[in-house]
Amino acid sequence: MASFNAEETLASVKKKQAATYKGNRWRVFVLPVIVFFIIILIWYCLVHFNIFPSYAMPSPGAVVKSFREDIMSGNLLNDMVASLWRVAVGFILSAVLGIPVGLWLGQHITARQAFLPLLNFARFLSPLAWIPFAILWFHIGDKPAVFLIFMATFFPLALAVMSAVATIPAIYFRVAKDYNYKGFELITKVTFPAVLPQIITALRVSYGISWIVIVAAEMVGCQDGLGYGIWEARNGLRLDSAACYMIVIGLLGMGIDRFLLQFSKIPKVRWGYER
Amino acid sequence: MKDKKYAHRLLLQNVSLSYGAMPVLQHLNLTVHSGEFVVIVGPSGCGKTTILNLLSGHIKPGLGVISREGVVRTVYQQDGLFPWLTVSENISMGLRSLKDAVQREKELQSLFDLIHLEDFKNHYPHELSGGMRQRAELARALAGDSDILLMDEPFSALDYQTRLRMRYELVRLLEKRPRTVVFVTHDIEEAAQLADRVLVLSKRPTTILQELQISAPKPRDLTDNEVINAMKEILERLGILKENIV
Ligand SMILES: Nc1ncnc2c1ncn2[C@@H]1O[C@H](COP(=O)(O)OP(=O)(O)OP(=O)(O)O)[C@@H](O)[C@H]1O
Ligand SMILES: [Mg+2]
Repeated sequence: MASFNAEETLASVKKKQAATYKGNRWRVFVLPVIVFFIIILIWYCLVHFNIFPSYAMPSPGAVVKSFREDIMSGNLLNDMVASLWRVAVGFILSAVLGIPVGLWLGQHITARQAFLPLLNFARFLSPLAWIPFAILWFHIGDKPAVFLIFMATFFPLALAVMSAVATIPAIYFRVAKDYNYKGFELITKVTFPAVLPQIITALRVSYGISWIVIVAAEMVGCQDGLGYGIWEARNGLRLDSAACYMIVIGLLGMGIDRFLLQFSKIPKVRWGYER
Repeated sequence: MKDKKYAHRLLLQNVSLSYGAMPVLQHLNLTVHSGEFVVIVGPSGCGKTTILNLLSGHIKPGLGVISREGVVRTVYQQDGLFPWLTVSENISMGLRSLKDAVQREKELQSLFDLIHLEDFKNHYPHELSGGMRQRAELARALAGDSDILLMDEPFSALDYQTRLRMRYELVRLLEKRPRTVVFVTHDIEEAAQLADRVLVLSKRPTTILQELQISAPKPRDLTDNEVINAMKEILERLGILKENIV
């Protein structure tokens, strides 16, 4: 009866969105490419006019060359795998613990009152401050790096999930009560989906933190990894190699974030980003 | 559908409630009979939502007794649907008590037939218009074993014409699936078109100023004589006629 023109409206809105998207598409690719070339040009000028001593300012050409070398020797790939592994383990560990803890804290006022100061304290403690403990407790290898990533991401993640739960509109719980959702089902079918959009955002932020922390962590406690690669390059005064590692770190970080962004496009969470 | 043998009803006996030092309800008595459509009107802040919260059991009264027989469901002004579920999944929430999957599917289909939203089955609430969302919410509340509907200004967020249509829609749905309804509104037209009985509430501390029976058959048009007379009577009670104001 009242579905008279609803379909048309929906269709026309979608068409309009598609049109705007098409118009912007070429710019989304072309503009960044222009910026990229400007940066290269500035870099080239810095080298050309010897603003910094030449041992401290590798040329674009030297970086490309060292890139080829690092790939050929297998070092780069090895370091990438090592870093990705540590980030993955630390990140998953903190998600697996941080999300349930956040859900729990969000639902129990007493628990929140008890733990909130501790969480806030730990959140402001730079993860790098844990380096001495990490090394003395876990020596060298993957463990100290994983520990540092966990320490850096667990607290902000738990806090984000907690405050998301605490701000779920009361109406959802009232509806849930009308339709007999209780206990575990209430958490999995109401609380969790209600905060899922914010959890995805929090996970992206956490991943960003881990990617930053891993580079610093590997400079002290590891024998491989992208951070270690930069440290090695510095020791050997091979700043061309350091720059090459920096580029890889940035690109990998961006790529994985792009991947995580896809999670915010699944239909069950779209609503959370469209208000 | 399930057979309603006993008289499902709601009962408030001598109910009083205060928020802090502020008395909201005082010695309120209310009986809602099975199948009855009761509309509550009254000034803003007089405690209409509070009465529905008491009836649903969401809050407890300071004094007095409340009894309800049957499954109670509330339809809200807006945003009562779960945004992470499709329309069809939302409506299925109302069928959770049905164990048999085939029967559940059949029920779901008949509800969709009832509200004419087939094409939007797999859409999410944020992709629907306000009117469509309210119809979906109505279907969810009518699904399965519900007996009593509490409706808190369910159409007040809609535009005027959609609101007019929704009144007929509601009457039609209730004809197919009779329920006991307590309906809160600011809209006097709505009250006159829908109610079997209108309760006009006073300002705080709230009592029932007047009860008005409207026995004309439904659906009623806005311009029917009974509707116009009822509106006049309600307006008179609320003191919003020209002789009181001008
Ligand atoms: N949780 C609460 N704490 C304190 N006071 C409250 C609370 N809920 C409602 N009140 C007060 O109780 C009174 C009645 O509120 P209620 O929401 O029932 O009014 P209403 O009749 O539904 O108003 P409206 O027509 O504007 O929706 C109001 O004065 C309100 O300020
Ligand atoms: Mg209200």
